[in-house]
Amino acid sequence: MDLRGRAAICGVGEVGPFREASDRTAVELMLEAGRLAMVDAGLEPAEVDGLLVAPLLVGAPVTLPSMLAEYLGLSPTYADIVDLGGATAAGMVWRAAAAVAAGAARAVLCLTGEAVDPESFYTRGVRWPGLPLPEFERPYGPMGANSGYAMIAMRHGYEYGTTDRQRAKVAVDQRQNACANPRALFYGRPITVDDVLESPVIVDPLHLLEIVMPCSGAIAFVVARPEVAREGLHPPVYLLGFGEKVTHSMPSHAPNLTTSAVAYTARRAFEMAGVEPQDIDLVSVYDCYTITVIVTLEDAGFCPKGRGGPFVEEHDLTYRGDFPVNTHGGQLSYGQPGLAGGASHVLEAVYQLRGEAGERQVRDCQLAFVQGNGGIMSEQVSLILGVEP
Amino acid sequence: MSEREVQERPLPRPTRISAPFWRGAAEGKLLLQRCRRCGLFIYYPRPFCPRCLAEELEWHEASGRGRVYTYTVVRRAATPAFAAMVPYVLAIVELEEGPRLVTNIVGCRPEEVRVEMPVRATFERLSDEVGLVLFRPDGMETDSADPEGQQ
Ligand SMILES: [Zn+2]
Repeated sequence: MDLRGRAAICGVGEVGPFREASDRTAVELMLEAGRLAMVDAGLEPAEVDGLLVAPLLVGAPVTLPSMLAEYLGLSPTYADIVDLGGATAAGMVWRAAAAVAAGAARAVLCLTGEAVDPESFYTRGVRWPGLPLPEFERPYGPMGANSGYAMIAMRHGYEYGTTDRQRAKVAVDQRQNACANPRALFYGRPITVDDVLESPVIVDPLHLLEIVMPCSGAIAFVVARPEVAREGLHPPVYLLGFGEKVTHSMPSHAPNLTTSAVAYTARRAFEMAGVEPQDIDLVSVYDCYTITVIVTLEDAGFCPKGRGGPFVEEHDLTYRGDFPVNTHGGQLSYGQPGLAGGASHVLEAVYQLRGEAGERQVRDCQLAFVQGNGGIMSEQVSLILGVEP
Repeated sequence: MSEREVQERPLPRPTRISAPFWRGAAEGKLLLQRCRRCGLFIYYPRPFCPRCLAEELEWHEASGRGRVYTYTVVRRAATPAFAAMVPYVLAIVELEEGPRLVTNIVGCRPEEVRVEMPVRATFERLSDEVGLVLFRPDGMETDSADPEGQQ
């Protein structure tokens, strides 16, 4: 389905991020973000007739959409859960747009959020009976996603010569962006390449400062028909193209650990939008680790395959730079509030395209490329968002 | 999750489908399924071929030879269960037959592991029913299958 210009993001809500959830639950955080998104869209609950919900990492109950719909005062004609790990939020955007284009709903509220439980980080999902991950991977001591991305970085270094310093540059530039985003967890704390390289190696070759920090928070957005969005309180942000592909779950089963499905999803999205990588003003791509950004930039076509390391070294990735990437700080510096971490890239694209990014506003920002990535480069969703339909 | 599951190494719990694989490893054999219809080697064990959907799969003893597709050195234990093993090498080994699997590289220091290094299977027997499939650098003496003794 060609969804170019068929729907727009017209409301966003952001709660946190917080280092600690204190006594707030994930559900409470998600509901608050949902309320803020509807207020931002200028819509009342009776006008919102679609609901997409992210699962909670700690284990969501069944029928979560109806529970949250009831709480929010919605009676949706379209309700579902989207479970694509870090690609969930980007996956929600095109699903909501497809629902809108199909006439299943006029305005779809999308909810993501988490109240983090650091204790469960490496061990959640241990009880899945009959699924391969706990049986064939956990006995060998993987370190959650950390070891998966470390193995990507190791192989990328072997195949393309990508260095520690090149990966560190991603963390440094994104931290500079976070220093212009008061909401970022690491606001006001700039770092240097040496700081990254001197931080402890957690899983070779990844250093502590190349690894995302789990935290609490929630992000919600409203995707609506263009005529609904145009009556809103802010300029609509149109979906112009998307692509999605799921290639594996365990890293051992990736067709190729150094070339991801972004190569497919980005091409689809660019073709649908009728634009090229060089037309993009803002790159807002999933960054659970530094290597993720490098592989994504290559596979999306912003630089030749294998040249991601030199590319990030040669370009200024800050909001003032020649190639702005993750101007909110990325998850590496904003924080990763569960599946809302992947929503932070959508949210930042909306702020930038609306011209509401404040100090970190990218000049004349018309087109944004967003990438959601789940698991170990397992689930990929590309989006092209723009100010014109 | 219980305290016990965090403290103890998570061991494979064989299923109806995977039991022959884990029993094979306990006996020092690396067993792969092979599709009788299309010839695909399959890891991990499944009830049917993921390429042609045939249910006619047979167990095939693999050569045990492969190479390190990629690896990492885990320097901080994911859970207390692995604290005594740190630092240890977590790797993806690509078998001669094609499939890749997650494993540990033993029998050498972590600094000696390289991408594309040839390796050979070695086994850690946990019970009559379960063994872990580990790998060591190929071409080295293989008289001991006890990875603990080599580190
Ligand atoms: Zn077959």
